[in-house]
Amino acid sequence: MAGEKKPQGLQLLDFWVSPFGQRCRIALAEKNLPYEYLEQDLRNKSELLLKSNPIHKKIPVLLHDGRPICESLIILQYIDEAFPSGTRLLPAGDPYARAQARFWADYIDKKVYECGTRLWKLKGEPQQQARAEMVEILRTLEGALGDGKFFGGEAFGFVDVALVPFTAWFLTYERYGEFSVEKECPKLAAWAKRCGERESVAKNLSPPEKVYEFVGDLKKRLGIE
Amino acid sequence: MAGGNDLKLLGMWASPFVVRVKLALSLKGLSYEYVEEDFSTKSELLLRSNPIHKKVPVLIHDGKPICESSIILQYIDEAFAGTGASLLPADPYERAIARFWAAYIDDKMLAAWTQATKGKTEEERAEGMKQTLAAMETLEGAFSDCRKGKPFFGGDSVGYLDVFLGGLLGWVRAYEKLGVKTFDPEKTPLLVAWAERFWSLEAVEPVMPDVSKLVEFGKMLLARAAAAAAAGEGN
Repeated sequence: MAGEKKPQGLQLLDFWVSPFGQRCRIALAEKNLPYEYLEQDLRNKSELLLKSNPIHKKIPVLLHDGRPICESLIILQYIDEAFPSGTRLLPAGDPYARAQARFWADYIDKKVYECGTRLWKLKGEPQQQARAEMVEILRTLEGALGDGKFFGGEAFGFVDVALVPFTAWFLTYERYGEFSVEKECPKLAAWAKRCGERESVAKNLSPPEKVYEFVGDLKKRLGIE
Repeated sequence: MAGGNDLKLLGMWASPFVVRVKLALSLKGLSYEYVEEDFSTKSELLLRSNPIHKKVPVLIHDGKPICESSIILQYIDEAFAGTGASLLPADPYERAIARFWAAYIDDKMLAAWTQATKGKTEEERAEGMKQTLAAMETLEGAFSDCRKGKPFFGGDSVGYLDVFLGGLLGWVRAYEKLGVKTFDPEKTPLLVAWAERFWSLEAVEPVMPDVSKLVEFGKMLLARAAAAAAAGEGN
């Protein structure tokens, strides 16, 4: 190991369909930061992944000059702070706005993925329950968006990056839950479309049909039909 | 903006999350109005200030509410950057490490601890205890790695992680008296020493909850959980 040169620059350990990984890809794109994308096999975890995130053994992991940063929202803040020029994800010089942004990103983390998973995994009454909860969550987020162009107002930022990868999952949630995001939350649907027009988002989100296919395959593999 | 120091903290005396905020305010030397929320009935002000989660702590600064202890701590650090020492380090990588371990404490350690103390069955509680002790050993390792021989997680002085973990110390001591040992002097000696050191700080000691009151409160909660479990088993 002596004399081994440490890798320079940015590397992202990720899994193609992960909305958490996509957050990081979008943030790196917004900041115009070049990085090496390293697709991980989650059923056969690499030495590098296990060494970089020994505690959770999960993606995404951002490596900067060989040093790992884990947890997507922590990675977003790291990117914002280590590379302060260009787009600011969290508004500089406004502690209250920053606290608000962190609050909504935390809400998204606590609610969306877990509820969404129940929505596509379960059946009958529990699925109905998950559907109702998901609509409530999306309505709450729509309330936070208000009449703004983006969650932070005029500028695309932290909360937008935190939520937008889940818009690729809307089709899956809609099909399994039998509801329409457009109908239940038209402002949120419009926001999703606006975000999709940004290059950083368009280039890094999975096509919704591919997400739906992935979930279908995953259900088969897990033995749930 | 008139940039006032009008600070109000909505809290509950036994909540470790509230203690975290009190610690941060104390370390920064900030004065505030404390409003004790009733454990069972939530005030109009609380429901209005935290409509989403309806929980304490809530810090209200010049009428604007901030919720979630980790977010409140970072807010205090940023809004009062000139006052007292910084909680989070200046270096982005070190900040990421501090945030990582704070998330670990809340997501892993606390979840295991809750199961250890409030689990419905003996097996569940034993499993929770096993996971809590494992988490504490992991934290001991993290402390050993990042302190570089210094007395606190934050280095020579108290920082974000010290406050984060420090908020829990009241309950650590209370549960020890109730027979649940979280810090083991053999397996986690650094944390045991850190806990003593932290608690005895001038800015910390007056803010920590009364351990004997926590013991009584803990007994009440455990009895309540046992009764609920027994009632559940009858179904």
